[in-house]
Amino acid sequence: MKNDFDVFDPIPDVDLPSFLIEKEDRTFDPMPRRRFLKMAGVAGGGLALAFAFGNGERPEPLAVSDGSGGFSPNAYIKIGNDGNVTIAAKNPEVGQGVKTFLPMIVAEELDVAWGSVTVEQSEIDGDRFGRQSAGGSQSTPRNWDPLRMAGATARAMLVAIAAKQWGVSKKQCNTSEGFVINSQDGSRLSYGELADAAAKLPLPDEKSIQLKERSEYKILGKWIPGVDNHAIVTGQPLFGYDQVLPGMVYAVYVKCPIFGAKVKSANLEKVKALPGVIDAFSLEGDGSAESLMPGVAILAESTYEAFQAEKQLVVEWGSSEFDQESWGGFSTEAAKLAKEPAAQSDEKGDFSGAQESASKTIEAFYTYPFLSHANMEPQNCTAWFKEGKMEVWAPTQNPQRIAALLSGLLKIEESSVVVNQLRIGGGFGRRLMNDFAAEACAIAHRIDKPVKLVWTREADMAHDLYRVGGFHQMTGTLDDSGKWTGLKDHFITFSQKDQRPAKPVKGGNASGASMQLPAIPNVSFGKTFLPLNTPTGWWRAPGSCSLAWVFQSFVHEMAVAAGRDHFDFLLEQLGEPRWLEEGNRRSLNTARAIDVIKLAAEKSDWSKPIPEGRGRGLSFYFSHLGYFAEVAELTVSETNHVTIDRVVVVGDVGMLLNKSGGENQVEGSVVDAISTLAGQEITVENGAVQQSNFHDYPLLRMASQPPIEIHWIETDNSPTGLGEPAFPPLTAAVTNAIFDATGKRIRTMPISKEGFTI
Amino acid sequence: MTRLSLQVNGENRFVENIDPSTPLLWVLRDHLGLVGTKYGCGKGLCGSCTVHVGGKAMRSCSLPVSSAADQEITTIEGLAKSNEELHPLQDAWIEQDVPQCGYCQAGQLMSAAALLKEKPKPNNTDIDAAMSGNICRCGTYQRIRKAIHSVAEKGGVA
Ligand code: FES
Ligand code: FES
Repeated sequence: MKNDFDVFDPIPDVDLPSFLIEKEDRTFDPMPRRRFLKMAGVAGGGLALAFAFGNGERPEPLAVSDGSGGFSPNAYIKIGNDGNVTIAAKNPEVGQGVKTFLPMIVAEELDVAWGSVTVEQSEIDGDRFGRQSAGGSQSTPRNWDPLRMAGATARAMLVAIAAKQWGVSKKQCNTSEGFVINSQDGSRLSYGELADAAAKLPLPDEKSIQLKERSEYKILGKWIPGVDNHAIVTGQPLFGYDQVLPGMVYAVYVKCPIFGAKVKSANLEKVKALPGVIDAFSLEGDGSAESLMPGVAILAESTYEAFQAEKQLVVEWGSSEFDQESWGGFSTEAAKLAKEPAAQSDEKGDFSGAQESASKTIEAFYTYPFLSHANMEPQNCTAWFKEGKMEVWAPTQNPQRIAALLSGLLKIEESSVVVNQLRIGGGFGRRLMNDFAAEACAIAHRIDKPVKLVWTREADMAHDLYRVGGFHQMTGTLDDSGKWTGLKDHFITFSQKDQRPAKPVKGGNASGASMQLPAIPNVSFGKTFLPLNTPTGWWRAPGSCSLAWVFQSFVHEMAVAAGRDHFDFLLEQLGEPRWLEEGNRRSLNTARAIDVIKLAAEKSDWSKPIPEGRGRGLSFYFSHLGYFAEVAELTVSETNHVTIDRVVVVGDVGMLLNKSGGENQVEGSVVDAISTLAGQEITVENGAVQQSNFHDYPLLRMASQPPIEIHWIETDNSPTGLGEPAFPPLTAAVTNAIFDATGKRIRTMPISKEGFTI
Repeated sequence: MTRLSLQVNGENRFVENIDPSTPLLWVLRDHLGLVGTKYGCGKGLCGSCTVHVGGKAMRSCSLPVSSAADQEITTIEGLAKSNEELHPLQDAWIEQDVPQCGYCQAGQLMSAAALLKEKPKPNNTDIDAAMSGNICRCGTYQRIRKAIHSVAEKGGVA
């Protein structure tokens, strides 16, 4: 049965940047749907298949040449007649393992031994690769069908040509690890031997392509280490910060600490006279934090000389109407607004009625701060403007957006922009915004040399596009029997300063559906906006990362008030096992939710008593199409130091594509979530961010790392991404456990605000 | 501005025209082309820039090049005996699939290598102490710990 309140809009802005949402593939106008494919011989012979994927679930075969041979470096699959198999990795690698697991999908269906595959990072080419981005945990769901088809189509063609050569039927032929095998007499032909002949075959009908059953998988689901590991551990130049081009100069770009203020004057002559400095100039920019803010560029012969020169730069900044913006001011204002009616609200049932007839009413005010991404590799970008063309080496999660950005900013034709993909030292959503690329290109546009723009850590922290903070005034009602009858949230969030009408900033949206408590009959979800100048952007599980903490903490508060076991109480709020909207996999499937919660309780010994002085906390959240229930067990010392003794994670993402890479994402999400809980906050004072480096924006270190146990529930659902969904439940699991251990309810993040340390 | 001679990864390297207070990190990266050593904070807070100077793990972002001039410097590029024979920790890192983004891992490996040289069989407290200066934003600590233990169990780095 469909319940409109809980699914009324599958919260497009909460989980996913809207341009990443599957059904709203708006970045590209997919190329005309050419349903043909031509074979192009690989240089030196062989078979190459190039597919283009639009937003559909099927590959769009694409003509890569006139068929008269030639090399196609961007094809997903290249099989040389020497037997070498090369598979293209299409999406940016930020540490989510995509450079390994997407090629694994192709290799599985192609039926080659993983050890025989060479993975190559592809070019950026929307015509051939469709959407190339790293965000919203979308690489898996978007590419699952097309990449399987890419592999299976190639395999079908290899089988067809072998059958022809043997004069047997295709049904008589099997494949295994790069060979076609004649099941009658056991003879074998390698893919390499078949490659040249296969290249001349017509494309088989898509409908005739048979995909493997899961039970036949030999690569997917296995523990496969990352393809770049060797290069990483030997210190190869993989990252943006490592790029070196002939004659390259180094640049810093200095912006006003108060976001967006203009350059009035600067001591440019003095700066230009400093050692190693080549030039210095100011840029006006277009005033957008996602593009080019006003600032001063300093070009030098080395990174260090650029950094040193920056210290000598004195800028007189223009005035800003936002020089009073402060986190303290927002907090005071939010506390006041929370008591007033919300600017917008959605209702289900009759919350006021529930309140009138309640036997108990619980109220709680939750606060979470702004956060920085703090990517380990500070922002940077290398650009070279040569003969009217801009070539860019960008550590970006969103490479296909750069050309349009530059065409607006610098009036360069989109077709004259070439973006090279690099391995990226951490994404977490920061690099979905391409401000660093706009800066590097605007500087490169002015000189005739390649430029590497390097951000200092301080610049990185002071000029992020932050995870937005927020405030929730929660009210819950119970009846005599301890049943949860009514729930109200007045969410105080932010709208970008001049947005009319107000609309939530990136990561600052939520709806009734975000609460994921569909069995509560009377619900009111209201929103009020505060105007904001500080830039905000996507983060890890933006929206969900903070919302889950509020809602799953409040569930625990209500369970305690009702005198009920948290586990039973949480399950009760999910109601019957069902899909809230049949067939819409972005809507909550309570059956999958219940299953992960039950297994988490079992694995964490939920029903067993816990030793004195310890606490245990449970939490659940569904985000990015993944279902996660998590339990934290911890000890709190007399000085309120929290030692997390154990974290149990249970996930359902359909199936795990790479056991190693997938579990890496879970481990990373847990650590990340504990980091945010422990002591991270970005505070704005007088319009500027106060934190500058890891001493005042701490990241979790080795000694605080808890043991993490991961369990999976495999379901028939097609696999979904893991970059984000393990994060959201963790924070409430920990704060609920702190309550269990101490009786102290934490309603302000980070917990250092409440006198706790981790 | 001076000319400096450095001992890097077993080779004699010269740097011309250098301000002797320049941190070793930037000399390695921009002058000697050894970009495996990473910049993360520039303040000795994150460990991304860890190298060995005179056999000890040091934060190269906070070490003036002049003070490293007479000592043997090893960077991540020189940690392995050869291309074919990696340092046991590098093998363990690959096997345990430690890296996520990978950016911090050069520093992590250099800290871990210095630890094992000093304490071939470290316990968890030793590991916490030796590795606490190295941040991993991606959260690979559980695997780093496992990888260090696995090398120690197999007989260390001798
Ligand atoms: S860059 Fe040296 S410790 Fe961070
Ligand atoms: S692996 Fe990304 S920072 Fe450590």
